[in-house]
Amino acid sequence: MSTKTAKKKTARKSAAKKSSGSAKKSAPAKKSAPSHTSAADLRRYAAAPVNKAMSKSDKRKAYVDMVRIRKFEQAALQSYQKGKMGGFLHLYIGQEATAIGTCALLGEHDHIITAYRDHGHALAVGMTMNECMAELFGKYTGCSKGKGGSMHFFAPEKRYWGGHGIVGGQTPLGLGIAYALKYKGLKGCCLCFLGDGAVNQGPFHESLNLAGLWDLPMIYVIENNRYSMGTSQDRSSVYPDGGLAQRAEGYRIDWDTAHGENLYEVRAKTMEAIERAHEKSRPTVLEIATYRYYGHSIADANHQKYRTKEEILEYQRNRDPIMVWQRILEEEGILTEDEAKEIENEARNEAKDAIRFADESPFPPESEILTDIYHSVDNPGSHTNQGKIFFNDRLPWE
Amino acid sequence: MALITYRQALKDAFSEEIERDENVFIMGEEVAQYNGAYKVTEGLWEKYGDKRLVDAPISEAGFIGLGIGAAMMGLRPVIEMMFFSFVYVAWDQAVNNASSLRYMSGGLLNVPLVIRGPANGGTNVGATHSHTPENLVANFPGLKCVVPVTAADAKGLMKSAIRDNDPVFFMESTILYGEESEVPEDPDFLIPLGKADVKREGTDLSIIAHGRSVLMALAAAKELKKKHNIDAEVVDLRSIRPLDEEAILKSVKKTNRALLVEENKPYCGIGSQISHLIQRRAFDYLDAPVHRISAVDAPAIYSPPLEKAQLPETRVIVREALDMLNVKA
Ligand SMILES: Cc1ncc(C[n+]2csc(CCOP(=O)(O)OP(=O)(O)O)c2C)c(N)n1
Ligand SMILES: [Mg+2]
Repeated sequence: MSTKTAKKKTARKSAAKKSSGSAKKSAPAKKSAPSHTSAADLRRYAAAPVNKAMSKSDKRKAYVDMVRIRKFEQAALQSYQKGKMGGFLHLYIGQEATAIGTCALLGEHDHIITAYRDHGHALAVGMTMNECMAELFGKYTGCSKGKGGSMHFFAPEKRYWGGHGIVGGQTPLGLGIAYALKYKGLKGCCLCFLGDGAVNQGPFHESLNLAGLWDLPMIYVIENNRYSMGTSQDRSSVYPDGGLAQRAEGYRIDWDTAHGENLYEVRAKTMEAIERAHEKSRPTVLEIATYRYYGHSIADANHQKYRTKEEILEYQRNRDPIMVWQRILEEEGILTEDEAKEIENEARNEAKDAIRFADESPFPPESEILTDIYHSVDNPGSHTNQGKIFFNDRLPWE
Repeated sequence: MALITYRQALKDAFSEEIERDENVFIMGEEVAQYNGAYKVTEGLWEKYGDKRLVDAPISEAGFIGLGIGAAMMGLRPVIEMMFFSFVYVAWDQAVNNASSLRYMSGGLLNVPLVIRGPANGGTNVGATHSHTPENLVANFPGLKCVVPVTAADAKGLMKSAIRDNDPVFFMESTILYGEESEVPEDPDFLIPLGKADVKREGTDLSIIAHGRSVLMALAAAKELKKKHNIDAEVVDLRSIRPLDEEAILKSVKKTNRALLVEENKPYCGIGSQISHLIQRRAFDYLDAPVHRISAVDAPAIYSPPLEKAQLPETRVIVREALDMLNVKA
């Protein structure tokens, strides 16, 4: 695996071709994200094989799943404001089509890993609202027993490897997942999500180089919501005319961009990447233009200082992924307005129930502070280990 | 038993574990085709090929992170640091991710990873290349750390580290690679992590050390006996985390004096922890304050004779022991 040289193949430039193509060397590009999806694009991507293969119930399910993410997070926000949880709460609201459009395509050997804005992906892979809400509340019934919190959801049995709090830090880990798949001879891939701010982290670039060099089945999904905390892309990144994804060319990695409000397009382009990973064991960088409606986290009271109200409203009115999908389904005669309302109600109730579940669940006992640190301690007898491993003179609760 | 070098012992451990478990692979800079910067993996690539010996580009954060991800998936990567000092460019992956992932997932995953390489001063390569970060690593619950000094310890501990289901930082020494000692040939020769070894029995004071300082301590003990008829016990910690506290206490309770020696810097070094342990659990047994010898508290100096003076030397250990016993030199 190590000695194989990267293929001398030119990376595809679909997005670059679509863009104006008038970038001049001296003038930094100001384009922050691909422009609105057009009616023509909506139709075009509906015809992609992966979308043609969708049954009515698949399409409805995608709607349900996006609505569930939104209702879950709205409920979480209310609970946060009531003081039910500590720390940060990074909301995914506005970006739902990315998680649903990508994760729904994953097969038995496909894995995902993401950053701290991780609730959407968690629900998308089938984690329950209960275990997620309980984790936010720091409860024993949470997916990580209350040890990880909002930024660190995990469900390895669903091939969901977190939930990572250090910007860009998950990209080498994802690479290791892809490496292990290839090592074991499995036809799978790792879908690794990162933000537009994370593209400036060194480990991401090390990961890209290794993925390209070793032909690893990696799909980097840059969720470009245009800001890293309060810093707009124009203030954080130099990027080629085709967008941040075009940086992949430097590593001979195929890349593409997608409009994050168009579920059909997200699915179509993700599927291309998955096929490339499965069939050719080659990586892809896929940049998805999207937007977050809330601040960076709920502690970000400033989010209307670094962007205008109008900008936020523009997205909500014209590019909201749930609204766009609802319209498509209405046009296709799959969903009525009443049914959409009903779905919303159900999701709202499910989230309410999750809050009740989280509220009523116990906190972990103090003794849990000292478990899940070492496999060898949790599984005595399985290792050749002796001696002292925790160095507390006296525990506060003893 | 066979008389082999520390380097050969490590190599034997790798061969045996690679053959035993198909999930074991070695990755690092120059580990395969170049045979290892310090020839610890010499010949293994020829024998086991590209899959098991993987040359990585100079991207420590990239390939340590890769190792952690692969370990979560059930592989057993052995990641070489050409120098342990280079782990700092990958600190987030090596300590933040490796130590936290099991915990943050509520025990849903584990990271059976070994990060290994030389961590020593004394080779005149200046401050950037001479770090001994066992104290830093040991500060992270979730990580394990071992520092073997003999070939046998290197082999037995490496095999245990590879089979361990948690991340183990395995610190070697370029100065020790050529040192020979007797090593058992049993392919299941394992030394448990967290088990100290009394390298010399004695009754007058306990010299507690790890890594190459153990050799200095043994030389000092020899001189103390020869010139002053003092019987020093030398306790080799071997493992920093887990730590064999009982062996330390047993020795100190026997000799009533503890002299701690390490190549690390003094502030928050391993000696600080052990010194705390001794005063906390063997206070009534002490006939003298605990003394510590470490590297002189400055960045590692280049100038060869001065670097020698900066690191714990036999002469200094003897001097300190005599002081503790109120014996005139
Ligand atoms: C290494 C590191 N530096 C800084 C931070 C603090 N921080 C958390 S999120 C963030 C912004 C990241 O933005 P982006 O990658 O675009 O993701 P988004 O929040 O938009 O999803 C920053 C600076 C961090 N968590 N890790
Ligand atoms: Mg962003």
